[in-house]
Amino acid sequence: MFAKILPYLLAGISVGGQYALIAIGYTMVYGILRLINFAHGDIFTVAGFIMVYAAASLPLTVSVPLVIILTVILGVMVEKVAYKPLRTAPRMSVMISAIGMSYLLQNLMWYLTGGLAKQYPTLPWVSNTVTVLGCTTKRVTLITPFLTVLLVVVLVLLIQKTRIGMAMRAASRDFETAQLMGIKINNVISFTFVVGSFLAAVGSMLYFSNYATVSPTVGAMPGLKAFVAAVFGGIGSIPGAVIGGFVIGICESLIKGAGLTTFSDAFTFALLIVILAVKPTGLFGENLTEKV
Amino acid sequence: MKTNNHRKSWIALLIALSMLIVLTLLDNWSGTPAMLLTVLRKGSIYALVVVSMNLLNGFTGLFSLGQAGFMLLGAYTYAVLTVPVEDQSAVYQRYATGGVGFSITETLSGAMGQFGLLIGVIFCLLLAGLVAGVFAWLIGLPVLKLKSDYLAIATLGFAEIIRAVVMYEKLGPVTNGSNLLYGFTNFSDFHIGGLKLDTVMPFIFSGLCILVVVLLINSTYGRVFKAIRDDEIAAEAMGINLAKHKRMSFIISSFFAGISGALLAMYQASVQANTFKASMTYEILLIVVIGGIGSISGSAIASFLFVGCSEWFLRFLDNDTKLKNFNAKLIFAIVFGLVVVGLAALIFRKTRKMERMEKLWRQIPVGLLCLGLVAWDIWFVISPNLKLPLLRSGFRMVVFSVVIMIVVLFFREGIMGDRELWDMKRRRPAANAKAGEPK
Amino acid sequence: MSKNILKVENATMQFGGVVAVDNLNLEINEGEIVSLIGPNGAGKTTAFNVITGVYAPTNGCVWFDEQKIIENHPQGKMKKLYKGQHAGEYTHVTAPTPDVVTKLGMARTFQNIRLWKSQTVFDNVLIAKHLRRTSNLLTATFRLNRKEEEAQRADVERLLDIVGLSEAKGELATSLPYGKQRRLEIARALATEPKLLLLDEPAAGMNPQETNELTEFIGQIRSKLGLTVFLIEHHMDLVMDISDRIYVLDFGKLIAHGTPAEIQSDQRVIDAYLGVAEDA
Repeated sequence: MFAKILPYLLAGISVGGQYALIAIGYTMVYGILRLINFAHGDIFTVAGFIMVYAAASLPLTVSVPLVIILTVILGVMVEKVAYKPLRTAPRMSVMISAIGMSYLLQNLMWYLTGGLAKQYPTLPWVSNTVTVLGCTTKRVTLITPFLTVLLVVVLVLLIQKTRIGMAMRAASRDFETAQLMGIKINNVISFTFVVGSFLAAVGSMLYFSNYATVSPTVGAMPGLKAFVAAVFGGIGSIPGAVIGGFVIGICESLIKGAGLTTFSDAFTFALLIVILAVKPTGLFGENLTEKV
Repeated sequence: MKTNNHRKSWIALLIALSMLIVLTLLDNWSGTPAMLLTVLRKGSIYALVVVSMNLLNGFTGLFSLGQAGFMLLGAYTYAVLTVPVEDQSAVYQRYATGGVGFSITETLSGAMGQFGLLIGVIFCLLLAGLVAGVFAWLIGLPVLKLKSDYLAIATLGFAEIIRAVVMYEKLGPVTNGSNLLYGFTNFSDFHIGGLKLDTVMPFIFSGLCILVVVLLINSTYGRVFKAIRDDEIAAEAMGINLAKHKRMSFIISSFFAGISGALLAMYQASVQANTFKASMTYEILLIVVIGGIGSISGSAIASFLFVGCSEWFLRFLDNDTKLKNFNAKLIFAIVFGLVVVGLAALIFRKTRKMERMEKLWRQIPVGLLCLGLVAWDIWFVISPNLKLPLLRSGFRMVVFSVVIMIVVLFFREGIMGDRELWDMKRRRPAANAKAGEPK
Repeated sequence: MSKNILKVENATMQFGGVVAVDNLNLEINEGEIVSLIGPNGAGKTTAFNVITGVYAPTNGCVWFDEQKIIENHPQGKMKKLYKGQHAGEYTHVTAPTPDVVTKLGMARTFQNIRLWKSQTVFDNVLIAKHLRRTSNLLTATFRLNRKEEEAQRADVERLLDIVGLSEAKGELATSLPYGKQRRLEIARALATEPKLLLLDEPAAGMNPQETNELTEFIGQIRSKLGLTVFLIEHHMDLVMDISDRIYVLDFGKLIAHGTPAEIQSDQRVIDAYLGVAEDA
């Protein structure tokens, strides 16, 4: 029995870690801007494509940092172009802008890559297969959870201990007051996007090493699932997003194992609706009430 | 005032009738470009779903992203009920006991000819709307309590669930799983004698539905929806049951989305669950934005414009195009230059209004982009090259999304803002009064 | 004349550990004009929110028109946190949403004006009449409710006339000057056909002349329309002019209550407003 479940469990933990890395990007942006960054899933995909093209002509030692740098630049640019001009606009407009940006990125990728799925480069060592407890899997499956936890610990330290982290916490608590207290809100937001995109880039390397191909719309689904993970954990909370990511990844993988692949996506959204109905603030979310 | 209203209704009816006649003529005249007919048919169906989304997002202020899911429900309800009995074994070839074993439209048209067919189609369309409406009622109970962005993501998720369920193998005998459903009654089955009605029928169905939405919006319920959008705390304090009215708006919107899904199925003559993805909802939402959030006529205009561009006017962007001679190139360059400069000028005017003069440096990126494009334009005229660069498969969508982003960022009110074609004159004084008020 | 229209009984409103309204008891009789005053942050608007159903009180109940409309007792986490009195005295939970309370015949205005900003003056009032409609979705959509629609429109004209906004009826609500927006809010509240009108700082931001007009107008609401008025206000001239009785809140507690003359000479009230010497 256990031997049967183990491969699915391993795959679930691994994909869960990847969701968690994307989910942090969502949850941090939401915490500060109160905006679902719909383009985040597409930034994740772009990172995948950059890797495909970079690795084709450059050695991995160059292309890996290049992917990270370019993804971060893209993330910050998306913020500057699509969200910054709308800072005082109604929330619906910003959300529409986010959807528009996602649409633009997807179409741009389609145009530039010809719309065909590309083979993701195999990363040496990471993509090798190993055997654990009698089940064969890629090494990336084993690395992901540890790397995820490591990155999250670093991130939490960053937020708790540094000045910019303090500014981020202040901004997510009260945007306007933080601004009045002399926090350079634009820097904080840019930094948030830097961190979010960085994690998305790392997540994309892990994810695509596992799934082997990249196509323009492939990021939409993991993106949405990562968002669900963020909501599950309580949006705005980083540990929440991580736990949400793992829960969703594992459940989804087990459902696939049970032979109900069609419902693995549906499950995530059903979970979302249940969570929102029972505890709209998620596991670790805070209650916000509107003043009358 | 009453006679005035009466006269208006008569004029509207007359316009509608003459439009239908023109459409019928276009449909049956051999010289009509096929593309025009496509745009008219698809545009009219899109208009309905865009209007239905606008009712919810624009008029009630509920940011929902479930439209594709409700369209899917409508399309499948309609298709499953109208596949002719003898075709069912072919359509459902992967399932031994596939198909429902009857076809409403077939039975009725068998009994009463074209009239029976019409009754059958109307019945099935209503049923398509009802199924979508019932699901909206079910999902609305928990979901509508949520605040804006949570609602968006929950409805989006719901649409995904619906798609997964429809594609579920075990439901295959009814839904045909992830395979195509086809052969059901579509617009080409309608005709009067030898007269084709392919284009008129979608217009009639969709037009009637939009008319109902317009009537609703101008009724007391429509006003209440707008009150909820403007300030729901005030609305509740004035005795408006928020849960009830939000649900009402959600169900009505889904009802018409269901019908439009069925109409889309009829237009395509086939339906497959995999086409009703989140990206479809995004597309519909973006059309709402282009038309103007809170404007029915804006939604209709934008739908035709969008379908027209994507199916017809901008098709050339997807193919390699080589201009015939220098004159053609000159004309292209002039048009391109004018569009770029005009757009930049509009954006400048717009941002100038929004921001104070000292922030003029914010105009620099747009200015540089504009200058760059113009410079390229001039270089292109001078160069001996006749081939238009960049054009290849996918470029149309890129241009599209760029245009949409420009609309979202700089022309947030879209084509019509929240005004309607028919009351442009009436609302102007109010708008002027607002502008004249010193701050 | 002395029929009780509103009675708040031992109402306590606690947010987490903060007691915003502490054991509030007050009664308003039919036809009276009663004011609720107190320094900033005393819990006046919270009291209004409890009465109109925006918040369910943590403990206590509210009677309207001799019917118990709201009742609650501490639940869940609040059981341990609750600091107020009369715990365990109330066992039922009746927590209607504000729309239900409004339907019963209580209407309010807001401290920070909450008009429907994209609607005209006329429509703002007309929408508030929606709750008195008998037409349903179908009859309203297909215009089978002409009579009712016309009756309501005529009623709106009358109300706008009363508040003196007939000329501005086609303008956008937000294009009106401040004082007129407050009047429009009152007209909108009146459109719900209330028995009791709750005004939350109706004179805030008004100049002296507008305030005088408002004072007169509130008097007219009682004399012409026969309504009971309960208001929160900081303009003492207005309060002393029109109130039959005054309640004074400080730090959530009721510290005094009586006629304007009594309140003016009440030492506790003076202390609350000016601060006690040893506090400073």
